[in-house]
Amino acid sequence: MSFLDYFISALLLQAGYNSALVAVGAGLLGLSAGSAGAFIFLRKRALVSDAISHATLPGVGLAFMIMVAFGSDGRWLPGLIIGSAISSAIGLILVEWITRKTRLTEDAAIGAVLSVFFGFGIVLLTIIQTMSSGRQAGLENFLLGSTAGMLISEATTIAVAGALAAAFVFLLRRPMTLVAFDPEYAATTGVNVRNIDLAMMGLALIVTVIGLKIVGLILIVALLIIPPVTARFWTNQVGPMIGISALVGGISGYIGAVLSAAEASIPTGPIIVLVAFGFFMISALFSPLRGALASALRHQRFQRRVHRRQGLLALSRREPIYDGLTLRILRRSGMIRRDGVATLRGRTASEKASRDEARWAMARRILPDDSAIERYDGLTPIERMMTSDQIAEIDRMLAEKQGASA
Amino acid sequence: MRNAELIAEAGKIVDVAGKDAPLTVRGLTVSYGNKPAVFSVDASIPAGSMTAIIGPNGAGKSTFLKGALGVVPRLSGEVRIFGKPFHEARDRVAYVPQRASVDWDFPARVIDVVLMGLYGSVGLLRLWRARHREQAMACLDRVGMNDFADRQIGQLSGGQQQRVFLARALAQNAEFYLLDEPFAGVDAATERAIVSVLKDLKSEGRTVVCVHHDLSTVPEYFDRVLLINVRRIAEGPVDTTFTAENLQETYGGRLAATHIDELRLA
Amino acid sequence: MIDNLMTALGAEFVQLSLTPTLIGILAAVACALPGNFLLLRRQALIGDAISHVVLPGIVAAFLVTGTITAVPMMLGAGAAAIVAVVMIEIVKRLGRVEPGAAMGLVFTTLFAAGVLFLEITDTSSVHIDVQHALLGNLESLIWFDAEGWQSLVDPAALATLPPQLPRLALVLVGIGLFIVLFWKELKISTFDAAFAGAIGIRTGLLSFALVVATAIAAVAAFDAVGSIIVIAMFVCPPASARLMTNQLGRQVGWSVVFATISAILGYVFAGYGPGWFGSPYAVSAAGMIATISGIIMLLACLFGPQRKRVGQQAEA
Repeated sequence: MSFLDYFISALLLQAGYNSALVAVGAGLLGLSAGSAGAFIFLRKRALVSDAISHATLPGVGLAFMIMVAFGSDGRWLPGLIIGSAISSAIGLILVEWITRKTRLTEDAAIGAVLSVFFGFGIVLLTIIQTMSSGRQAGLENFLLGSTAGMLISEATTIAVAGALAAAFVFLLRRPMTLVAFDPEYAATTGVNVRNIDLAMMGLALIVTVIGLKIVGLILIVALLIIPPVTARFWTNQVGPMIGISALVGGISGYIGAVLSAAEASIPTGPIIVLVAFGFFMISALFSPLRGALASALRHQRFQRRVHRRQGLLALSRREPIYDGLTLRILRRSGMIRRDGVATLRGRTASEKASRDEARWAMARRILPDDSAIERYDGLTPIERMMTSDQIAEIDRMLAEKQGASA
Repeated sequence: MRNAELIAEAGKIVDVAGKDAPLTVRGLTVSYGNKPAVFSVDASIPAGSMTAIIGPNGAGKSTFLKGALGVVPRLSGEVRIFGKPFHEARDRVAYVPQRASVDWDFPARVIDVVLMGLYGSVGLLRLWRARHREQAMACLDRVGMNDFADRQIGQLSGGQQQRVFLARALAQNAEFYLLDEPFAGVDAATERAIVSVLKDLKSEGRTVVCVHHDLSTVPEYFDRVLLINVRRIAEGPVDTTFTAENLQETYGGRLAATHIDELRLA
Repeated sequence: MIDNLMTALGAEFVQLSLTPTLIGILAAVACALPGNFLLLRRQALIGDAISHVVLPGIVAAFLVTGTITAVPMMLGAGAAAIVAVVMIEIVKRLGRVEPGAAMGLVFTTLFAAGVLFLEITDTSSVHIDVQHALLGNLESLIWFDAEGWQSLVDPAALATLPPQLPRLALVLVGIGLFIVLFWKELKISTFDAAFAGAIGIRTGLLSFALVVATAIAAVAAFDAVGSIIVIAMFVCPPASARLMTNQLGRQVGWSVVFATISAILGYVFAGYGPGWFGSPYAVSAAGMIATISGIIMLLACLFGPQRKRVGQQAEA
């Protein structure tokens, strides 16, 4: 069977029960990571999850050692997950404690916790390697993730936990949205911001520990960060953003797991991350809302409008124009001749611009609370933002003022 | 008329402020995103004047200052400092950013911050010496802070922080001082101290520009005003420019008519 | 007792422990120096991002040159660090996202790409050890030809010093010079970037130079202590030092002291500690150095004389 055939059959969950379960598990993991990550991203605490994930390592090591001490072989996944959850919770508490009780900022606390916990975890792993039962423990697989040789029971654990995490997000979506969007307002409506923050981080923690086996502790943070950043390019609203983020995470997890099932040499964790990054690149470049191309075009158009308007105003006031770009833009649109003298078209346009400026100035005086004043970008003609009645009133006042000064 | 002729003519008349005025700005536009914060503002500050930049919150007063000094990028416009591009006249300018723009938890003492103002007079790859320390102490003395030289900056009150910033600017020994909201959140004693230092600077022939938000003190502290609300509304001597009409246009309905009545207007 | 100490510091010490200890100290100090400024600029996690992209840099260098010699690897890692910093800047501006998210996105992606390329290209002929790159192997950097202290003056023996030692010494001197020569500029621009720009300091260039210094330290140190544990050296000694003093110069001094203590105690505990518990095996020295630096930081958080922000005193 060719790679493509296998890929398609795996995509359709027809490549064996085990790989189907892994793919579904990775999809659910991505889904819950994407939605949990969206809240954390909106709360601007993306890298706290990096501390959480690195802080799992000592827990994995200690859980293994404890299970061995009690006579098991130490590789029982739920036991390792519980151990990692406890140690990353301690890491999380330390990050909060350092930030609250000392003058150090959160980024320093994150860096310290992630590296020290990781370092201590490595110390434990070297101890485990010297234990007779530790040589084949395979704990280093938790660094980069591995689905090769995954037991059905393990895949089931991950799929169920992923589904639970997704359900948890669904239940808490309303208060978490409130807190992510505006914590002060959320507090006034009776939401306990601290508890919701804890729930968010708890969710990141759950996603991290169930993702350890598939994606590995170094890369799991990508699943919490890349989907929301990607989603942000497509929408300015919280609700849709969380949905898109969950979708990006879910699809990345699913496709990545399938690709890695189809070709054994492709490691699961990295390919999931790279698929997500692919979605990010496409969005960052081509999204019509906030993508790079659209933004660059918009900015260029805006800059031209600014120069054009400034040039026209200078013409109407018979002021010299110093800016080369302004001159070029006016020349190209036929407003001025090569030597800088205004054409008929230029004179008409400059009078219009000057009248518009005068009208806006008067509007600010007599209609200061009109919503158009708040929304005015400094360039849009007043006809597009105010009613003809309002403009007639403005013109009347302008005429009056002119009469008074004459 | 041809643009070249207009330029030539403008060169002859120049502005009221003169060709080598401390600050000449033409058509300055700065935008954050796709909305101009400052749009096509002209301004010229004559030497030896003391100018207040006033306007409502978010009207681009600080942005105007930053745009003029190139601290934020300009979308268009031309700025001349003493008739030259800013980077050629840097030594003659002292800029005092908003107090809130820095992290006061930074590990430094008051004297360390004032010494930063002497950067220009310390050679490249050199460090501050005793002579610089004496100069810095003299500047602290002018703002009444010499007892605080070895105090950690995080322990200062808002007013004391502002005085330290002013001392740093004094250390630069510039001809032209630009201050961003020097009176924001300071106590009355500090405000008096700062004003008296600024007036001394003016009497020494130096030029002062402040972003200012308290309209009631404008006539007392300043001799010129620049009214900005994204656009330039008016500029000129307090006597003729600080008028109810101009303020109404600058602030719109946000400034109640009764408030304007209370001001000592021209 | 004295005899024991003499034996402990005898020929065997010179051969097995002198060079790893020195390398550990040099690596820790080289990272802690730029770490001070990263900490104050709220950029502590730049060290995190840069350290994570060392592995993809090495893999890229291998794919290009086909060898695993030191120089191309270090160049590759350095290039990857700069690529990462530029990418972070682009993502930040393009997506208008907070720096943390931009960093997380970039370094995980590059790291994933590195692991993927490593797995799918045929590296069976050579040995790039992912774990080595991540965890380091300080213990292996012994001075094989040393016969005792007298070897320090023996040119033949000196020629067989592990190359990491002179390399790190050079890097440390370079970074030290950078910080001493540009002390004023670093201090002013870290405290008040707008003011620094207005008085003519090239703040953009200086920030970039600081990142390059960080990258050089990370690249030179990862070989010894691994790319993740390097983060501990960037963050912990400067963070602990910040809690000891309110003066920048003293903070830098304290950070050097803490980095040195971490390296020495970490190495000693890793090598001899398990023996005190009756185990014949040593544990990871790099991991132990990170652990010690964490314990020092914990103590500084609890007892450091300047541990609190002003106004925070009452609350605790």
